[in-house]
Amino acid sequence: MEKWNDHRAWFLVVPVILLVGFNAIIPLMTVVNYSVQDIFDPTHRVFVGADWFREMLHNKRLQNALVRQLVFSGLVLLIELPLGVAIALTIPRRGGWQVSATLVLVALPLLIPWNVIGTIWVIFLRPDIGLLGYFIDHVLGIHFDYPTVPMQAWISVMMMEVWHWTPLVVLLAYAGLRSIPDAYYQAARIDGASKWAVLLYIQLPKMRGVLTIAILLRFMDSFLIYTEPFVLTGGGPGDSTTFLSIYLVKLAVGEFDVGKAAAFSIIYFLIVLAFSYVFYQVLLRAGRGEVK
Amino acid sequence: MARIDLKGLAHSYKAAPAEPTDYALRQMDMAWEDGGAYALLGPSGCGKTTLLNIISGLIHPSQGRVLFDSRDVTDLAPQQRNIAQVFQFPVIYDTMTVFDNLAFPLRNRKLGEAEVKSRVNEVAEMLELGADLNRRASRLGADAKQKISLGRGLVRQDVAAILFDEPLTVIDPHIKWILRRKLKQIHKRYKLTLIYVTHDQAEALTFADRVVVMYEGRVLQEGTPQELFERPLHRFVGYFIGSPGMNFLPCRLTSDGAEVAAQHISLPADLLLRAPKAEVLEIGIRPEAIAVSDDNGAGLAVQIRDIEDLGIRKIVTCLLGDHELKVVVPSERPVPLDRGRLVLNPAMTRLYADGHLVG
Amino acid sequence: MSLALEKVGLRIGAEMHLDAIDLSLPAGSVTVLLGPTLSGKTSLLRVMAGLDRPTTGRVLVDGRDVTGVGVRRRNVAMVYQQFVNYPSLSVYENIASPLRMARRLEAAEIDRRVRATAQIMRIDSLLDRLPSELSGGQQQRTAIARALIKGADLLLLDEPLVNLDYKLREELREEMREIFSHRAVTVVYATTEPSEALMLGGNTAVLDAGHLIQFGATIEVYRHPASLRVGEIFSDPPMNLMPADLTGGQARLSADVAFATPGHMRGLGEGHYRIGVRANHISLDSAVGGDPSAALAIPATVELSEISGSETFVHARHNGLTLVVQREGVRSYELGQPVMLYIDPKRLYVFDGAGALAASPIRTAEAP
Repeated sequence: MEKWNDHRAWFLVVPVILLVGFNAIIPLMTVVNYSVQDIFDPTHRVFVGADWFREMLHNKRLQNALVRQLVFSGLVLLIELPLGVAIALTIPRRGGWQVSATLVLVALPLLIPWNVIGTIWVIFLRPDIGLLGYFIDHVLGIHFDYPTVPMQAWISVMMMEVWHWTPLVVLLAYAGLRSIPDAYYQAARIDGASKWAVLLYIQLPKMRGVLTIAILLRFMDSFLIYTEPFVLTGGGPGDSTTFLSIYLVKLAVGEFDVGKAAAFSIIYFLIVLAFSYVFYQVLLRAGRGEVK
Repeated sequence: MARIDLKGLAHSYKAAPAEPTDYALRQMDMAWEDGGAYALLGPSGCGKTTLLNIISGLIHPSQGRVLFDSRDVTDLAPQQRNIAQVFQFPVIYDTMTVFDNLAFPLRNRKLGEAEVKSRVNEVAEMLELGADLNRRASRLGADAKQKISLGRGLVRQDVAAILFDEPLTVIDPHIKWILRRKLKQIHKRYKLTLIYVTHDQAEALTFADRVVVMYEGRVLQEGTPQELFERPLHRFVGYFIGSPGMNFLPCRLTSDGAEVAAQHISLPADLLLRAPKAEVLEIGIRPEAIAVSDDNGAGLAVQIRDIEDLGIRKIVTCLLGDHELKVVVPSERPVPLDRGRLVLNPAMTRLYADGHLVG
Repeated sequence: MSLALEKVGLRIGAEMHLDAIDLSLPAGSVTVLLGPTLSGKTSLLRVMAGLDRPTTGRVLVDGRDVTGVGVRRRNVAMVYQQFVNYPSLSVYENIASPLRMARRLEAAEIDRRVRATAQIMRIDSLLDRLPSELSGGQQQRTAIARALIKGADLLLLDEPLVNLDYKLREELREEMREIFSHRAVTVVYATTEPSEALMLGGNTAVLDAGHLIQFGATIEVYRHPASLRVGEIFSDPPMNLMPADLTGGQARLSADVAFATPGHMRGLGEGHYRIGVRANHISLDSAVGGDPSAALAIPATVELSEISGSETFVHARHNGLTLVVQREGVRSYELGQPVMLYIDPKRLYVFDGAGALAASPIRTAEAP
């Protein structure tokens, strides 16, 4: 619906423009600036055009990091979405304070600062003093040393990620389930539908909007992930858990190769944008089959 | 086909009901004849939906038993009870076509595809959905969706009763007529027991052979539309049925009738004999049972306050002393403007003592 | 305030919600917007309120162009279908809220007005309750009280009774009729039910798919529908429609039914038309006034009969067409029973091929 023209509203927007300008637009422009120049020192700059971009696109390490990132994000979606929905299905739709308490408990991981999450898991997974590490190493008898074994590092990062973010999917899915009117469940009972049929034909279709949001959020966030894996594994062992953003930071801060890093940042941004757009259009179109 | 009996049925949503007001349904015994078309009529909160859900098995009653053809089904789940229910707003499976929607209950019961096809086609034909069978159900209008909801009940061979919970609420007025006609045709053809819950008395009376009027968890009266219209046993039934409802005039009994605002209304002698000692005595007369004429004649002298022209008929609001009366007049008949005379049809004049019908 | 809409159109994306509507509402009048769902009633109300800006056209209040003026600066009150009240405020506070927001009145004056309005809406005993503790009817009364207390010049109601029980609807309709007649406020009331329009009186604007297809005094629009569509929308039970061919001085409905064209149809050219007759103008007894030889008699078979208190509705079939007859009194009819439908031709509406009204019943002194 159209809104009225009240020009005074522009004044309310000015602070936001200033903030966004200061924190986002100007730094972004700076990055673009760096990405097209080779900077030796503040007084020696050379305009190199698209050279950095070309170099980064052919960079083997970048390509590997991209593959790792895609695998990671794919696994995240594959695990967190069904798991989140499954957990949400077990929480009763109607209930008093018990339901609210459960939701709060479930949501706790979301409240912890991300580097603290990394730290929690570092300790948790230590074979000598960590609960899980000790359990795996001494009780299950598997030699557990994730800083040196790539597969174990991956599994550790995945466990931490799932533990951290599945609650978000649970909350979203639960909200979606709550909004389904009782009559649907009643009709399904009368039609003799099995629990599976109820899930497939009533619950999932009605949760479409909510699941779209969950998929988009989880994909974007996992594609950009930095803090937790960095604290847990530092990107190692070697390169095995170096995801895109970890690689970017290594470039920019570690090797201080600002030009390359800037170019890469922009590529990164465009990749995320493209994926999200495609996802969104696909899900929107699939949902368009439904009218009211 | 099923005769449904309710024995000693009562229900409370509270864990430990203490007072009568804690009960959504007060103790009742009822019988629903096989193949009848019933309406459960009452205002919001009277317990009609609760009663419907107990019959369908969605709610387990706190007390009492439910019997289908003398078989105790109180503890059986809805899908074991051979009933179908149509809800207030259309309930369809969005992702399926119309055909799959109608086939769903049959496929859940593991019927062979050939049989499924033939049943679905038959029902779709009856409901005039044949052309839309391959369309996605979510794209149709509200009335088509309600027909699909209804169809899911009709496809099942074993359905004994279909229960309706205010199903025409979201339907436009002129389509309501068409759907009601369709329901009646279905009733005639399949001879199922139909139980229809509504708060709309016009809908209840046109649909049902027998109407059950409920109020605050109790059944006030059960009867044919005509009985309920002509002899409401309780003041509430008189008020609730008919548009506008029955007029009630507080009165005082005299030797040969009643007196309202110092004017006399004759009542039959046997009625006067049966009138108990009561706190409140009222004459009940339906707006359709009063004739209004101009001021030069016999009858009760009244002031004409308002005339509403409703196309088919007129509603005249009159003042008899301090009491307001409504009279329904066919649209052709002239109505005096300022003062007039009312004659009450003696065969339709009722007497109520403390809200209950006398005689 | 008088309200005028000039060629108001509303387009949202690719959808046309309103199409070039011209409407003129005198000050203090009651206008009913009648139409099926999705016909544009809510969109039109929102444009009148100033909640939406029309894509084309102008809105004039008392002659002044207010098309660009936001709703806050217009003197408008609105009542919705969904009993909109502030859930955390008591009924008293809810009703007082418009006055408090205006911030120009003394507490004593606010109190006086709140109690007076609550009394009009018969909720003066519920002032301490919260909306969640009220029944649907009481909540809607609170919403209406909140709208009335503003003293706005324009009161808009969007199907306010549709979520209420039948009997409550009847009562509230009556009360609103009273209230509207005692106040100098311009009222616009949207509904899908023809009976509500007839009960409220005033003027009726019939809407269909975003078009205004007729406007006039309610009872006039009812008696003289300008088109087939108006006839369909504005009748409950639906108007009976039959195809007919006019040739010579005769109208032919089917192979075995023909009748002499009555006075009001004589001016029509030959051709194919559709004839409409209301359910209560068909009789099942031959006692019809007028010349019996001119009467239209249609043989039909009873499909269905519905009894509704004091009247019976008979659905009868002739030649594949189902007609609904409304008659006084309770009579039962058997399925398949042959009946004769008698219609006084003077009561017929005639619509041409395009659906426009070609002829309508003559009104004599006492006839409707």
